[in-house]
Amino acid sequence: MAVGLSHYLTVAAILFTLGIFGIFLNRKNIIIILMSIELMLLAVNINLVAFSTHLDDLTGQVFAMFVLTVAAAEAAIGLAILVVYFRNRGSIEVDDINVMKG
Amino acid sequence: MLHAASVISPLIGAIIAGFFGRALGDRAAAIITCVFMAIAMLSSWLVFYDVALLGRTITVEPIIWIDSGAFEVDWSLRFDTLSAVMIFVVATVSFIIHVYSIGYMSHDPHIPRFFAYLSLFTFSMLMLVSADNLVQMFFGWEGVGLCSYLLIGFWYTRPAANAAAIKAFLVNRVGDFGFSLGILAIFFVFNAVTFDEVFAAAPEYVGTTIEFLGFQFDTLTLICLLLFVGAMGKSAQLGLHTWLPDAMEGPTPVSALIHAATMVTAGVFMVARLSPLFELSPTALGVVAVVGASTAFFAATVATCQTDIKRVIAYSTCSQLGYMFFAIGVSAYSAGIFHLMTHAFFKALLFLGAGSVIHAMSAEQDMRKMGGLWKLIPLTYGVMWVGSLALVGVPFFAGYFSKDLILEAAFAADSGVGFYAFWLGIAAAIMTAFYSGRLLFLTFHGASRADEKVLAHVHESPKVMTIPLVLLALGAIFSGYIGVQLGMVDADGAFWRGSIVVLAKNNVLEAAHYVPAWVKGLPLAVGAVGIAIAYVMYMLWPGLPGRIVARCRPVYLFLLNKWYFDELYDVVFVRTANHLGRGLWKGGDGAVIDGVGPDGIAAAVLDLARRATRLQTGYLYHYAFAMLIGVAALVTWYLLAPGA
Amino acid sequence: MILVTFAFYMFATVTVGAAVMVIAARNPVHSVLFLILAFCNSAGLFVLMGAEFLAMILVVVYVGAVAVLFLFVVMMLDINLTALREGYLQYLPTGAMIGLLLLSELVLVIAGWSLAPESQAPAATPTPAGTTNTEALGAVIYTDYVYLFQGAGMVLLVAMIGAIVLTHRVRSGVRKQNVGQQVRRTRAEAVELKKVSPGEGV
Repeated sequence: MAVGLSHYLTVAAILFTLGIFGIFLNRKNIIIILMSIELMLLAVNINLVAFSTHLDDLTGQVFAMFVLTVAAAEAAIGLAILVVYFRNRGSIEVDDINVMKG
Repeated sequence: MLHAASVISPLIGAIIAGFFGRALGDRAAAIITCVFMAIAMLSSWLVFYDVALLGRTITVEPIIWIDSGAFEVDWSLRFDTLSAVMIFVVATVSFIIHVYSIGYMSHDPHIPRFFAYLSLFTFSMLMLVSADNLVQMFFGWEGVGLCSYLLIGFWYTRPAANAAAIKAFLVNRVGDFGFSLGILAIFFVFNAVTFDEVFAAAPEYVGTTIEFLGFQFDTLTLICLLLFVGAMGKSAQLGLHTWLPDAMEGPTPVSALIHAATMVTAGVFMVARLSPLFELSPTALGVVAVVGASTAFFAATVATCQTDIKRVIAYSTCSQLGYMFFAIGVSAYSAGIFHLMTHAFFKALLFLGAGSVIHAMSAEQDMRKMGGLWKLIPLTYGVMWVGSLALVGVPFFAGYFSKDLILEAAFAADSGVGFYAFWLGIAAAIMTAFYSGRLLFLTFHGASRADEKVLAHVHESPKVMTIPLVLLALGAIFSGYIGVQLGMVDADGAFWRGSIVVLAKNNVLEAAHYVPAWVKGLPLAVGAVGIAIAYVMYMLWPGLPGRIVARCRPVYLFLLNKWYFDELYDVVFVRTANHLGRGLWKGGDGAVIDGVGPDGIAAAVLDLARRATRLQTGYLYHYAFAMLIGVAALVTWYLLAPGA
Repeated sequence: MILVTFAFYMFATVTVGAAVMVIAARNPVHSVLFLILAFCNSAGLFVLMGAEFLAMILVVVYVGAVAVLFLFVVMMLDINLTALREGYLQYLPTGAMIGLLLLSELVLVIAGWSLAPESQAPAATPTPAGTTNTEALGAVIYTDYVYLFQGAGMVLLVAMIGAIVLTHRVRSGVRKQNVGQQVRRTRAEAVELKKVSPGEGV
């Protein structure tokens, strides 16, 4: 069967769901959360590019590039925060991060 | 204008003394109020002369008060004969008492306040009697009630005085409730509250019925009965009388002015003023007569056993008011008002004299601790005799003319009610004489039962107190004779020029001329008998009262405790009200309203907030979950919401 | 055609499998490596779709920068291998429910979707005939979307500054030059004359 738009969209959907699973089922550390976010962004990118190709509209790819940019910036800042937190607290175990209790 | 001054002038005095008293100082405040009161008194004489004697009618421009749709009430003063007589009495007696108070209250720390209240009271009373419509009369009515409260509780640091003031106000309130219902009924039926309009329209409503609380009542009877309830409260008739003896907690001038001469007579005045209405309702008149006669009898019995000199006089007042009412009840309105006038003089005289005695005895009021004073305070002794003789109805003194006429009129009414009133009146007359004599003999005669320290202080009161006593004594002696000469109680009622209306068939004063001779002489005879008994019991055989009391102690206790009315009211009304109030406060207000309202809402907010804080776990991954769950919810809603 | 299908399925399977291993791996370094694998295979998917520029950018930026950054941090923080903690299954129901909910919704959309009529209209930025994907993208980005492009640059600048600001710490004991101070030195501070007799030291 010819590979059409739906196939790519299905792949993207599965990747997105896996990203969500990653956040929920994560019991190890914060970095897994950040990686799951990257997975979700990747799924979004696949979606955008698939539609762009299908509709023969470059706007989708331009948007995907900007998503890429933002994802990179966000990963950098997120990791910087993580590093500082680790410096202050000494641990990035998920269960130990409860300082915001109010 | 000059005539209006008789009503307005005391108000000015009250305002000045009330607001600027502290700046002016005691002496100045007292003098200023007395000056304004004197202006009022002189003006009242002018009014009496013009209206009552010369027959001129005076109208004063009305000022608009309430103008609401169909309901219009104006401030307007009505000077007809009835109000002229009342204004004359009130202003004169009030002025005399003002002067007396300068001496009596000279050691009091709150003189300006006292005089302000006294003048304010006089103003309210004058407004009451000169009112042209029921609402204005009610204004005066409430004003005197208020001033009565203020003056009874004048020495407010004494708990007994406070309690008495509240009791007076509350019992009056019950009466006022009836009065207001009466006024409302009048407006409902007649669509007007001015006397002229109501009186003109009254005859049309004879025989009609009105529905009240689900029952059909004769219209005019219902109105008159409701109004009479108000009179009962104000004039301390049987049932609503409990406040009057306790009102003796106030200073003696207050007792003299308010609870002898003026306020308590407001009820009598009101019924007389509404004579056109009452005449059209024989049932109401009958009720008035029965209540009045019963009160006269009841109060006289209680007075025989009291030991406080002021209380004896207070019950005497209550009894005499009963006389006035049953006079009105048999349609002898003019006799009732005439007795009101003479009573004002001699009762005020008795009170002020008692005040003089108390002043001399260094604030002792118990007669059992007095005695043998006649040599030490002869002037007081003399005026007290004058007052008592007037009260008993000895010929030539004022009371003789008025009281005997009332009893004759009751007999001449020739009805069951009339005879009931007559015999009770005679019984009360015996007791009146008895307790008056008792008072005089116990207080002034015999060996002194006071201790030496008090005895050393006994002195005649200063002139500022004794001159008013003499003036009142003159009134007690001559007012009766003068009243008769002026034609106040003539059978044709020409003197009143329509301010009192008596139907032709009810003309008892005419019939009173034709009563048998024994009826004419009986009051005098029983008066003498009463004084003789008192003389025997307290001068000849002083041990006799003690032996009589020992023999019939229950009767004595029954009388001493005022027929246990206070206890009865306490159980029936006061306790119930207390329980109800407490229940509504704790249960209703506290539990329900506060529980659902402020407290409940506060507690609910706290509870919700406590539950909401549990969302703030602090765990980062919980917050991440929350975000994702929110996203999933949004997507689901977007997908499923119709037309979204 | 058959090659395309085969390539697609291969790339897709490996991507999904790598994503699963990202979550499931015990060693965080392994997780990062699997993330790299997922990225690379997605780049392959992009090439299949005809967006080769984006595919290469994915490899360069995501794999070359972001994933390496992850690796740096993982190594620097020296995270131990953590045993599977209890309570793993505590959130499984909730997580599974949310995940499956989203998945089912996505499938619903995909299965029942149809192209909107507007999309049939000529596209906003069609690929001109005869140009490569890269050339076409370049023609669009620097003209129509130049503001967005500059904005993206700003975002990156701020991210860079932010990362530096967050992690900067002042270390004591670090020797630094204060050139201004050095230049302002006067002769009085620098040189000191001492009378030294012959034969003795300073």
